Amino acid sequence: MTTTTTTSTAGTGTATTTWDDLVTAALLGTERRSSTTPRALLDEAAVQTVRRRAGLRPAPAAAPPEPAAADPRPPLPAAARHRLAMLLTDRPGSGTTRRGSTPDLLELLPQWLAAANGHGYAPPPELLPALLDAARGRTDLRPQALTFAGPRALWLARLNPDWKFALRATPGAGTTLPDPGDTEQVRALWEEGLFAERVALLAAVRGHDPAAARALLAGTWGTERAEDRLMFLDSLRTGLGDDDEPFLEQALTDRSRNVRATAAELLSALPRSALAGRMADRALSCVALDRTTHTITVEAPHECDAAMERDGVVAKPPAGRGERSWWLGQLLEAAPLDRWGARLGGRTPEEIAALPVSDDWQGELHAAWCRAAVRQRDIGWSRALLGPPTAPGAVSLAERAKLLAPLPAEERAEWVAEFIAAHGLSEAFQLLGVCGTPWARPLGRAVVDALDIARDAGSYPWSFSGVMGLAERCLDPEEAVRLEGLTAAVEEPEGAAPGAGGYWTEAFQRLVGTLRLRRAMRDELAR
Amino acid sequence: MTQQGVRWTTDQVLAMAPDAASRKAGSKLGAAGPWSATGSSDEGAVWGLCKGSGSRPYQTIVDTGAGAGGGAGPAYKCSCPSRKFPCKHALGLLLLWAGGDAQLPAGGTPPDWAEQWLEGRRKRAESKEAAAAAPGSAAAPADPEAVRRRAERRAQRISAGVTELEQRLADLLRGGLAQAEQAGYGMWDEAAARMVDAQAPGLAARVRELGAIPGSGPGWPVRLLEECALLHLLDQGWLHRDELPDDLAATVRARVGLSPQATAAPARDQWLVLSQHDAADGHLTTRRIWLYGTESERTALLLSYGAAGRAPSLALPVGLALDAAVSGHPGAGSLRAELGGQFGVPSPSPMRPQGVDVTAALAAYGRALTDDPWLVSWPVTLADVIPAQDPDGGWQLADSDGKSALPVTAHAAASPGLWRLAALSGGAPVTVFGECGHTGFRPLSTWTGAPDDAAEVISLC
Repeated sequence: MTTTTTTSTAGTGTATTTWDDLVTAALLGTERRSSTTPRALLDEAAVQTVRRRAGLRPAPAAAPPEPAAADPRPPLPAAARHRLAMLLTDRPGSGTTRRGSTPDLLELLPQWLAAANGHGYAPPPELLPALLDAARGRTDLRPQALTFAGPRALWLARLNPDWKFALRATPGAGTTLPDPGDTEQVRALWEEGLFAERVALLAAVRGHDPAAARALLAGTWGTERAEDRLMFLDSLRTGLGDDDEPFLEQALTDRSRNVRATAAELLSALPRSALAGRMADRALSCVALDRTTHTITVEAPHECDAAMERDGVVAKPPAGRGERSWWLGQLLEAAPLDRWGARLGGRTPEEIAALPVSDDWQGELHAAWCRAAVRQRDIGWSRALLGPPTAPGAVSLAERAKLLAPLPAEERAEWVAEFIAAHGLSEAFQLLGVCGTPWARPLGRAVVDALDIARDAGSYPWSFSGVMGLAERCLDPEEAVRLEGLTAAVEEPEGAAPGAGGYWTEAFQRLVGTLRLRRAMRDELAR
Repeated sequence: MTQQGVRWTTDQVLAMAPDAASRKAGSKLGAAGPWSATGSSDEGAVWGLCKGSGSRPYQTIVDTGAGAGGGAGPAYKCSCPSRKFPCKHALGLLLLWAGGDAQLPAGGTPPDWAEQWLEGRRKRAESKEAAAAAPGSAAAPADPEAVRRRAERRAQRISAGVTELEQRLADLLRGGLAQAEQAGYGMWDEAAARMVDAQAPGLAARVRELGAIPGSGPGWPVRLLEECALLHLLDQGWLHRDELPDDLAATVRARVGLSPQATAAPARDQWLVLSQHDAADGHLTTRRIWLYGTESERTALLLSYGAAGRAPSLALPVGLALDAAVSGHPGAGSLRAELGGQFGVPSPSPMRPQGVDVTAALAAYGRALTDDPWLVSWPVTLADVIPAQDPDGGWQLADSDGKSALPVTAHAAASPGLWRLAALSGGAPVTVFGECGHTGFRPLSTWTGAPDDAAEVISLC
């Protein structure tokens, strides 16, 4: 808007001063200007003020923004749109810390987004700012939120520095990656691109054609900086195969220690590689079967020679660990598990795991096998080392959680369900985290039964708040019906913590409320 | 009445919340979990029992239509002790209701406890109507002579205050505005207090605002001179009110802070609720609600106040049209109005105000200034404008021909609503309703699409 600059010719009559003159006179005061009185000055200023306002003209238009790219996805159904608006009004940091009987809406946003993306809906544009704000505060939301938010959100993010993360987090948001099959363009970007672009490019090519990606990397390997080499080498994890061995073997002699260690780790995940073979030979020489007592005897290595170091064994143990057991652990971890059957009398993994071990080596030995099973994704060994869920188990819960991960979803859920039935919930949190959602029926029932038992035991519900929170997000919504009975107030058992019954009722109400909400969310999106 | 009540949208319900905390608390209660015995009637009543921390559930009922009440806006009742209005239970219940038939069934009969309250509302409404219909009714004061004497005494007090204010302005101009920079707020706060004593709240508010101008950044002498001059104009208007045309005199009285003696006859129309926003000034919250009469094509402004941190009592669902009677205040070009009786349930309306371009918007403000020179802004609907960032980092709304533009006020440009507008536009032309004034344009609401395809009103404030 601009103000017309015509000087005043009308008004109260005598004055023909310009607005600027008036302001100057007013600023200095009429005492210093005998020509006018305060009253006359104000009269004139009033006339000019109203005239200036009434005569406002439009401002010249700035360059219009580039229109946002069209989003071809269908719009959300109305009910789902309202649901999203509701989920987004629930912002962290406001309200009390105590969780009442009402659902935690923000916790449901990730699964809402995943479901909406599954259906392939476009977002309602008016909710994009709130969505971007939510994703700004929570990095774990970003991938799903940005997929859902689509091209319009990237358009917005270019206008608002607060949402820069959206441009960073979406590879190729600034530039578009060439088609991984287009060798010439790929090579050009690989040789001239920025580091982030090159990482994204390498990942894209690796997903498309693993050998081409390796060739690309080998071409410039000698000229890359050490920290870049580490990042690039890491991207070979996807699609790792026996073909990668020569390249990785060469990387074992790299100048950088971290690059050498990563190369060794990748090679040990290839059971047929020469490195795996060398490591197996070393490991096998340390572990033997005493045929008279059917006991495993362990003789840890006495030294860490140069060849071992070259194969990725770290010579210096962390503080507080003996160096011989440290070396042994690394050898066992990198040795292919399928070599142990022959070494230990033709036994199956289960039989080997059940064998007694001499001289307190059992913990060390089994822990190392666990790491090997996880690294080599060996289901047979994972199962054997996990053992039956009812037994106390030789390995820690964290390791058990890792061993569970490669098993089929159904087997995982059943194992954890049995574990909970046997041991209760206090140790189940980590294990529940690796189960697929929504939880399979036996697992869901086991959790709910265990919660019910915990309530009857009279403790406070917040001892189980972690599992409760997981249950709210992961239980199958169809279980809500079965849970109704638990929401009624119950008489407090003898010896219960005071008031615990009320809090449990509240917690179960929240659980049922959340499940109902999740079912509604799902149905709204399916419409 | 068999009219099937239209349910509000989540946004409309959330717009009712008195503050952000209530909005959040209400959202949490907007799920079936804690609710039982819920239902809604075709007349627009919604009820339910909400399980709280106590043993007895709260009884919550909302009359969305005022079909039975004839009162102003929706009415709420809840047995919880909250002093928020509407409380979180009422909001949660409405959210549940907004979720559709599956979440809260329609066509029910209110239970006894709800029916009692609804019945009470109906009775009150009837007696009010009867009172209004009766000639020379209770509205007439007991002693007209005493009222006249009181009004006269007040006018004298205001005149004394105005004369004193004129003197202060003259002193300021004599010494120069530069001295105001050193004087700070103190000088104006004292003068404002004197205007409160003189029972001229309109003047007091203007004087208080003068105090903030010297600290408001570059160009403050211009703004201070403008406001001093307009204050002087108002003073003179008051002192010479007997010589002014009736309409202008009414405007002066309203600007000084006197409540109107009479309102115009109520006009019944389908009033579309265009926007609702609050402005907090110290301990007083002012809520401004813009209505658009879809038949009369009139725009009306409802004001509602909330003192000491309480939310203003009037709340209307943005984007719905009310069949209601609205009576305007006197004064030339005055848009102020009071909401009278409502008839039936609010319903969506495809109507929207006629949109104009940027030049016409400024011209409309200019014309309105001839009736009321103290007018800060004028309601305008801009059609086919593109929100764009200008080179200085501010925002503007530009005509789609790319020539003329209106700057967005600095306050609005920094608000989250502007990003909603930008997101909705995506670089394409949109229709925006807002207030066009000398500091720029303040967007208040927009539409999600063209008028025909069930476009929704999106609040931008």
